[in-house]
Amino acid sequence: MSDWSGQVAIVGAYEHPARKTPGLHPFQIQADCVLRALEDAGLTLDDVDGFATAASEVPEGGSTMSAVEVAEWLGIKPTYLDSTDNGGAAPLSQLGHAAAAIAAGQAEVVVISYAATTYSQAVNIGTGDPTTGVAGPGQFELPYGFTLVGAYALAAQRHMAEFGTTPEQLAEIAVTCRSHASHNPHARFRDPITVDDVVASPVIASPLHRYDCCVVTDGGGAIVVTSAARARNCRKQPIHVLGFGEAVGQVQMNQMDRFTATPGTVSGPRAFAHAGLTPDRIDTAQVYDSFTITALMILEDLGFCTKGEGGAFVSDGRIAVGGDLPINTDGGGLSSNHPGRRGIFTIIESVRQLRGEPLGLQVPDCEIALAHGSGGALSTAATLILSK
Amino acid sequence: MTETSETYLKPLPATDVLTAPYWEAAASGRLLIQRCAACQRFQFYPRAHCSACGAGDPTWEEASGRGVVHTFTVIHRNGSPGFAEEVPYVFAIVELEEGPRMTANVIGVDPDDVRVDMPVQVTFIRVSDGIGIPQFTRAD
Repeated sequence: MSDWSGQVAIVGAYEHPARKTPGLHPFQIQADCVLRALEDAGLTLDDVDGFATAASEVPEGGSTMSAVEVAEWLGIKPTYLDSTDNGGAAPLSQLGHAAAAIAAGQAEVVVISYAATTYSQAVNIGTGDPTTGVAGPGQFELPYGFTLVGAYALAAQRHMAEFGTTPEQLAEIAVTCRSHASHNPHARFRDPITVDDVVASPVIASPLHRYDCCVVTDGGGAIVVTSAARARNCRKQPIHVLGFGEAVGQVQMNQMDRFTATPGTVSGPRAFAHAGLTPDRIDTAQVYDSFTITALMILEDLGFCTKGEGGAFVSDGRIAVGGDLPINTDGGGLSSNHPGRRGIFTIIESVRQLRGEPLGLQVPDCEIALAHGSGGALSTAATLILSK
Repeated sequence: MTETSETYLKPLPATDVLTAPYWEAAASGRLLIQRCAACQRFQFYPRAHCSACGAGDPTWEEASGRGVVHTFTVIHRNGSPGFAEEVPYVFAIVELEEGPRMTANVIGVDPDDVRVDMPVQVTFIRVSDGIGIPQFTRAD
């Protein structure tokens, strides 16, 4: 799989600045983001021959043929199509698939796009509406009051029991993200918070508090990817895709192999092997932070520290800008935005950091970035390693 | 076994040919899990094949009903009918003595007293002739 490492590049990226877009259909947010990402690349809709999105959830438009329907809205007829739907990791998986397709000559310019109006539609994604029905495997979970926050709380509880991880250590992640968000003019929440604020906020599903949970916003973003050869003629500095890995775990919580790890234990090593790099080479990691425990376990799973050491790793400023491994420099899902499949923003923020075009803080000497998406209830993972 | 009132608001399993025996057994106070005749592994939830080795036709066996809380959470927010009225409640993953893990509530215990690895014993909420909901309570 190492054949295309470095031969494909991101040439355009755009994140919708609004966090609340009442009345706007999510397809139009996608269209606005695609057009601006193409402008960023110095390309037009006429250049696009590949398209990827996932829009099956209600606040995304509830589309049963996501990529086809949004392509129609855009006004394009792509010959490469991908609606991979693995939750929040989808945009990263779609970028990995697109890179392979471009390297194989099956597509030339692929756009990966996402949007949802979860805030405006008041969709209860964390503490109510289940993700699967009571038919099939869901019938063994939903009668018991499954919630998405609860699913991640199961992992946090087990992590605390096995490794002695504390609520205060989890809170460090929320505090750091908020600190980064305070510099991002578009972030949903920008007022600094403390560890005490996090652990004193209401318990949603023990041991997770409100501030351990991501924000709920509207929003969207888009990425343009093409061959490294064509990227040289684009408007901005190309950001090369060095490595990609994806992995699948489970959907039902009673099928989890191990509650203290995510499928990132598989996607991470695959991405590093593909790139021919090790975790110590990463200058910044944009990791999925649906909840504080998500980010903590991902950092362990990707090999930035050993399993069980995540609590100590995220303390003492190590994950803040200025520390050894700055994460979620835009404020992440915990403070900046989370319309749904937040993976798209982990890619976009990586691009901004590598280009030196931050919304807020800039990681100094940023040469290699890692973006990592997670989806469902600790269900999926996708990892990308990107460089100038 | 606890009988429910007519105002059971929580979602009920949409049973099918594979799962009806499980829910019917629970209505009469028995916890059934499948076992593969080829590789001897137990599996939860039921399928018509063994998810470990692929062999067909796993057989039903009655489980001991004993297990431990592998992990749990006390849910304080759930806006769904039946649960909005019940918070805080314990949503748990129970590891059965036979090996498989299943989802359940731990009931009859103060949520603050539930711990990881706490021994538990199955109990049943009978909803109808065809459906009983296995639940767990602290083992003596």
